[in-house]
Amino acid sequence: MHIVVLVKQVPDTTDVKINPETNTLIREGVDSILNPFDENAVEAALQIKDKNPDTKVTALSMGPPQVETMLKDCIAMGCNEAILLSDRHFAGADTLATSYALSKAIEKMGDVDIIMSGKQAIDGDTAQVGPGVAEYLNINHVTYINKIEYEGGDTIKVQSNIDGGYSMLELKTPVLLTVLKTINSPRYPSLKGKMAAKKKEIPVWSAEQVAANFERIGLKGSPTVVVKIFTPEAREGGEFIDGETAEEKAQKLTGHFKEMGII
Amino acid sequence: MDDIIKVTDKCIGCKKCVPACPVGIISMEGKMAVIGDGCIVCGQCEDICPVNAIVINREVNTDGLPDVNDFRHIMVYAETAGGSLMSVGKELISEAKLLSQDLGCEVWAVLVGKGIKNHANECISYGADKVYVIEGDEFEEYTNDAYTEAFTKLINETKPEIVLMGATSVGRSLAARIAVRIQTGLTADCTHLGIDLKKKILLQTRPAFGGNIMATITCENYRPQMATVRPKVMKLGEPDTSRKGEIIDFAVDIKAVDIRTKILEVIRSGEEKVNLADAEIIVSGGRGLKKPENFKMLYELAELLNGAVGASRAVVDSEWIESFHQVGQTGKTVQPKIYIAVGISGAIQHLAGMSSSDVIVAINSDENAPIFNVATYGIVGDAMEVVPALIKEIKREKGIK
Repeated sequence: MHIVVLVKQVPDTTDVKINPETNTLIREGVDSILNPFDENAVEAALQIKDKNPDTKVTALSMGPPQVETMLKDCIAMGCNEAILLSDRHFAGADTLATSYALSKAIEKMGDVDIIMSGKQAIDGDTAQVGPGVAEYLNINHVTYINKIEYEGGDTIKVQSNIDGGYSMLELKTPVLLTVLKTINSPRYPSLKGKMAAKKKEIPVWSAEQVAANFERIGLKGSPTVVVKIFTPEAREGGEFIDGETAEEKAQKLTGHFKEMGII
Repeated sequence: MDDIIKVTDKCIGCKKCVPACPVGIISMEGKMAVIGDGCIVCGQCEDICPVNAIVINREVNTDGLPDVNDFRHIMVYAETAGGSLMSVGKELISEAKLLSQDLGCEVWAVLVGKGIKNHANECISYGADKVYVIEGDEFEEYTNDAYTEAFTKLINETKPEIVLMGATSVGRSLAARIAVRIQTGLTADCTHLGIDLKKKILLQTRPAFGGNIMATITCENYRPQMATVRPKVMKLGEPDTSRKGEIIDFAVDIKAVDIRTKILEVIRSGEEKVNLADAEIIVSGGRGLKKPENFKMLYELAELLNGAVGASRAVVDSEWIESFHQVGQTGKTVQPKIYIAVGISGAIQHLAGMSSSDVIVAINSDENAPIFNVATYGIVGDAMEVVPALIKEIKREKGIK
C-alpha cells in the first residue's frame, strides 16, 4: 500500500494583518504553516499505516525551496518519504495548472493506491486541486470525509459529509480522498521522528523531471488570471446599547427586536 | 519566476511597488526591487511602476483552443438534494438572469437526477429560458463518474460561454472535474459576478487569504468560463410563474459498471437542518462563552427567536460544537435577518461569512473587539449576564413564564 498525501505550505491566515494605509497584507511575522486540513490528511494516512505496517506514506508538495522545512515536519510526524515539486516554471499556476503538475509527479511515482489531502487550503480556499488531480489521473475521488475504514485489500469505506447529511461510500483503490478537520486529531512528531527528519534528504523534482508539458504549467498553463486586487469594503458599524445593568441593555435590545417585528 | 515577472535594470529604486503589492512579497535589495515567492501575478506593481521597470510575461498559448465566439449563453446547475431543488440553484438562475442582460443571451438551467423534471417550471419562473433535464436511475445520487460524463457531454454539445454551480459539496467536486476534463478555467466560491462590457467576459470576484483581500479573476481565452458560488451569496429573485421556457430532455447513456463509487447509504439527517443557511435568525457563539456548556443558553435564545445556532471557528476547533455549525470563510456563509454574535471577537474569516446579514447584534466583553465595527447594535458586557437577561426579557414580552 502506497499513500501519497498532498500538502501545502500556507501563510497562517488567522494571523495575517492588513496595513491600513496601503490596504495590503503584512507578511512580516506571519508564520508559514502546514495547511491545517492537510495535517489531518497526514494523520489519516499515518493511521492506515499504523494498522497496516507495510504501508508507505509519501508527502508531496509543490512550492518554493523553503517548503522543505514543512516536508521535514511531515517526516517527523511519521511519513516515510517526502518530495518537493519545485521549479520556477510552476510560478503563477492556477488550480488547473497546479492539479496538472501534481498529477505528473504522482504519475512519476508509479504505484499509488490512495492519495489524500485536506478539504481545502486556508489561503486559497478553493477545494479544487484534489478533485482536479483525481480527474487528471482518471481515478475516483471523495471530498469532505470525516471517517475512513480500511481493512486491507483494495476496498475502502468512507463517510462523507454532503449538504444536509452524510453518505457512506465504498470505493476501490486507486482513489483520492479529501478530509475534514473533524476526522482526527493530528499527532505530534516523536523524538525518533524528529531525528529521522533531520537526516532525511528531500528530493526536489523539476517540471522536466516529471515530464510536464511546459505549455500546461505555471502562468502560461493557467486559464484564469487575477485582474484586480482590492480590500473588502468594510460594513459600517452602528450604535452601542448603553445601560447600567445587563437587564437594562437586554430590555433596550428586546425593544429593537419588537420594532423589527421578530417578537 | 523571472520568466513570468521580472524587474529590469530600468528600476530606479523608488520603492513605490513595495507597498503596492497586495501580498507583501516585494522587497528592496540595494537599489533594486526584488519579487519574492508567493507572487500571484496580479500586476499591481507593474501598474504603479513609474518607469515601466517591472515586466510581466502574459504570453498565452491559444493554439488548439476552441474559438471563444462559438460559445454563447449561461448555463446554471440547478442542484437537487434528495429530489428537492436547492435554493442555491434558484439563486444562481436569478443571478444569471441579471448577467444575461449585459450579454444579451439566454439562461439555461440543468436538472440532473431521478424524478426531478417537475422542478423545470420553477427554474423557468426564476429566469431560465431553457431547462435541460438529464434523468435516469444512475443519476439518483451524485457520483463523479455519472455526473461529470453527463455535464461534459452537455457542455460540449451546447457550448455555453459561462457555467455556474453552487459551491456545495457536490458542486465543488463536479465543477473541478469538468474543468479538468474540458480544460478550462474555474474560479471557486465567488462572492460577486459581473460582466466586462467591453470584452464581454465574466468578472469573478472572490475572497483570498482568508478574506483579507478580494481578487477579481477572469478566464478570457478558454470556454466555458466556470465559477462556483456559495449558497446565500446571490440574491434570490422573485419567481414569475407566467414566464415561458423550453424543457429539453437530454439523454446520456451511463453504464452502471462505469460508476466507480458504490453508495452504501445516504443519510439526510434532521440535525443538519439546523439549517443555518436558511435560518432568518442566527445566534452564534465564540470563545467568549468560556466553556462549551454555555452554548445551552444560546440554544434557548435561538429557540425563543425561532432561529438556528452558529459558531466561530475557534470553538469548532476546540470541539465545543460540531463543525456544521461553523460560520465563516471555512464554514458556511449566512445572510439572516438578524445575526447575534455572542462572545465572538470578529476575526476577518468570521466576518467573511456573516457580514451581509441585515442586522448584526454583537455581545462581547471587550469593547475593542472588531465585531463591533460591523455590528448594528453592540452590547459591551459579560455574555453570561446579558444573554440570560435577554432570554428573560424576550420571555416576558412573549408572555412565557
